[in-house]
Amino acid sequence: MPEFEPRILAFCCNWCSYAGADLAGVSRLQMPPNIHIIRVMCSGNVKPEYVVKSLVEGVDGVLVLGCHIGDCHYISGNHRTIKRFALLERLMDDLGIDKRRIRVDWVSASEGEKFQKVVSEFVAQVKSLGPNDIRRDAA
Amino acid sequence: MEPRIGVFICHCGSNIANTVDVEEVVRYASTLPDVVHADHNMYSCSEDGVGSIKAKIKEKGIDRVVVAACTPRTHEPLFRNACEAAGINRYLFEFVNIREHCSWIHMKERELATEKAKRLVRMGVAKVALLTPQEESESPVVKSAAVIGGGVSGMTAAISLADQGFETHLIEKGSELGGLVKDLGALFPSESTPLEFVKTMRDETAASGVRIHLSSEIKDIQGYIGNFDVTISENGKEEKFKVGVVITATGADELKPVGEYGYGRYPNVITQSELEKKLAKGERVGNTVMIQCVGARQPGREYCSRICCMTAIKNAGRILALEPKSRVVVVHRDIMSYNARNEALYRKSMEDGVTYLRYTLEDKPRVEGRDRAEKITLREETLDEDIALPFDTLVLSTPLVPNPDNGKLQKMLKVPLDRDGFFLEAHVKLRPVEFATDGVFICGCARWPSDVPECISQAGAAAAKASIPLRAGKVRTEAITAEVDETTCTGCGNCIATCAYGAISIVEVEGMRVARVNLAQCKGCGACVGSCHNGSIQQRGFTEKQLISMIDCLTEGD
Repeated sequence: MPEFEPRILAFCCNWCSYAGADLAGVSRLQMPPNIHIIRVMCSGNVKPEYVVKSLVEGVDGVLVLGCHIGDCHYISGNHRTIKRFALLERLMDDLGIDKRRIRVDWVSASEGEKFQKVVSEFVAQVKSLGPNDIRRDAA
Repeated sequence: MEPRIGVFICHCGSNIANTVDVEEVVRYASTLPDVVHADHNMYSCSEDGVGSIKAKIKEKGIDRVVVAACTPRTHEPLFRNACEAAGINRYLFEFVNIREHCSWIHMKERELATEKAKRLVRMGVAKVALLTPQEESESPVVKSAAVIGGGVSGMTAAISLADQGFETHLIEKGSELGGLVKDLGALFPSESTPLEFVKTMRDETAASGVRIHLSSEIKDIQGYIGNFDVTISENGKEEKFKVGVVITATGADELKPVGEYGYGRYPNVITQSELEKKLAKGERVGNTVMIQCVGARQPGREYCSRICCMTAIKNAGRILALEPKSRVVVVHRDIMSYNARNEALYRKSMEDGVTYLRYTLEDKPRVEGRDRAEKITLREETLDEDIALPFDTLVLSTPLVPNPDNGKLQKMLKVPLDRDGFFLEAHVKLRPVEFATDGVFICGCARWPSDVPECISQAGAAAAKASIPLRAGKVRTEAITAEVDETTCTGCGNCIATCAYGAISIVEVEGMRVARVNLAQCKGCGACVGSCHNGSIQQRGFTEKQLISMIDCLTEGD
């Protein structure tokens, strides 16, 4: 049986984490091909509903990556992110989803190596959790 | 009317095509809903590539475009312009990144990378189908500039901007202008001394009306192109000013190689800049050995500092001119004498009697001595023989290393550093001396080690680029602002609390309280969107529908 290749979404803000991912590419830092980036202008734009919907419909894991606290291009957008996702994490049990399928982290435009590290760790974590069976369980 | 989507996949030469099966992605793209044309280009960003995209838009009646190539952070404006030139609204365009985010990071996994590229293209196609045309607005540009760093690069850029009539602030950490150059012993290859040269530049800077801030530290920079708020501490006193653009010219420092080849232990082991000071004072150094690439081009610091070979060649010549009886040997791993002028100087140096020997990284020269260093022994690579070289002075050629303040500054300016700690420009060919962040520019050794003529050219280029928005007095702002559906908004005010710019207010419409966005103040972050409990506020180009259409691409089967 082929190895389980999780499908993972990553919401990246245009100014820091998306640029950090670009730098990882420019630096040819190798990482597993499971991450699919959706670019948003600010991590504060990411509705918790997007994450829940992704997981409920079978995406295996969701990353939300923004600027470091204090470095938000839009002053305080990531303050919203951190509050919303702290709350969302607490709701994950009620939703019947393993909260290890979500990770919120901060990657600056100069942190290509951190992007690689976060992606590699998260892919390994989601692989160890196995496929997100929520749809099958619901059926 | 059904959308007519055109998808263009870029090979980027071999950059994408070596890892991703581009033809396969094209085949796949042509099967996606509403795609009327899928095609590939060797280089989509080339004149040919852009031309063929424009031609196809017209030929096939395409009304929305997806380009799968590199990063929108460098190339989105180019393709948006192409769309506009072909008669499509520039916001009916979606960029899919299959280079930085795919081929370059999955180089050994062709099959999985190709599958990923297909999914990314599918997400792009899903989003582009839902995009709507947008109009850009304009925002004013404060006609003044801040140049950070008062070395040769910073002074050159500041003079150039001030001469064009723009108020220019030059901010220098030290107590005088002149940067690295003021400490040099000789300027190469010109006849003028560094002090004369720096004095001329200082006089020009003062005469051009540049506002010079010495002993000044950047405390804070906030804002965006056209409207930066800079706070500095000048001699401990805080000062604030507004500028439209920022040029970074923070330079670099010479590495002090403590512990290497007896540096710090023996008094006669010195760096090139320490040698320059001795020579400037007329001190005799006697028989001299120079070791190149000390602390460079080795694990831990892999870059070539470019300018140290020419520094060694210059100083070897000066020693021979001052002390014709001294013997000078340069021990190196490669000589970086790029361009015709430098190559001629290298050749002349050999003719003048400077000896060049090669060592290898695996077998570095060894220094021996008691109170003073006395000789080095090395395995000469070409001769494949051990050679002992006695000397009076051992000079270590060390690289320029990034300014330690770069980390602090890059956070304020929201620009990247490379893995070595130098500033990383937006694109070496397409946008040199610019950052991906609009309105911020870079020149000189802050970018990478450069000699004086290079610094001056770069500083001129950065000033020219920076003067474009200053001269125009306005910039086009992206139309990715927030909008409220007033028919569903309940006027709860959550979004108002979220907006960091005070761009949203409550207005009364036919007796109902609803939120309204002031477009001039909206910066397009979308933070308000996440706070709306019923989806009444949306960000143009990043609406809930558009993002969910992308998510759905990952949950549906292939």
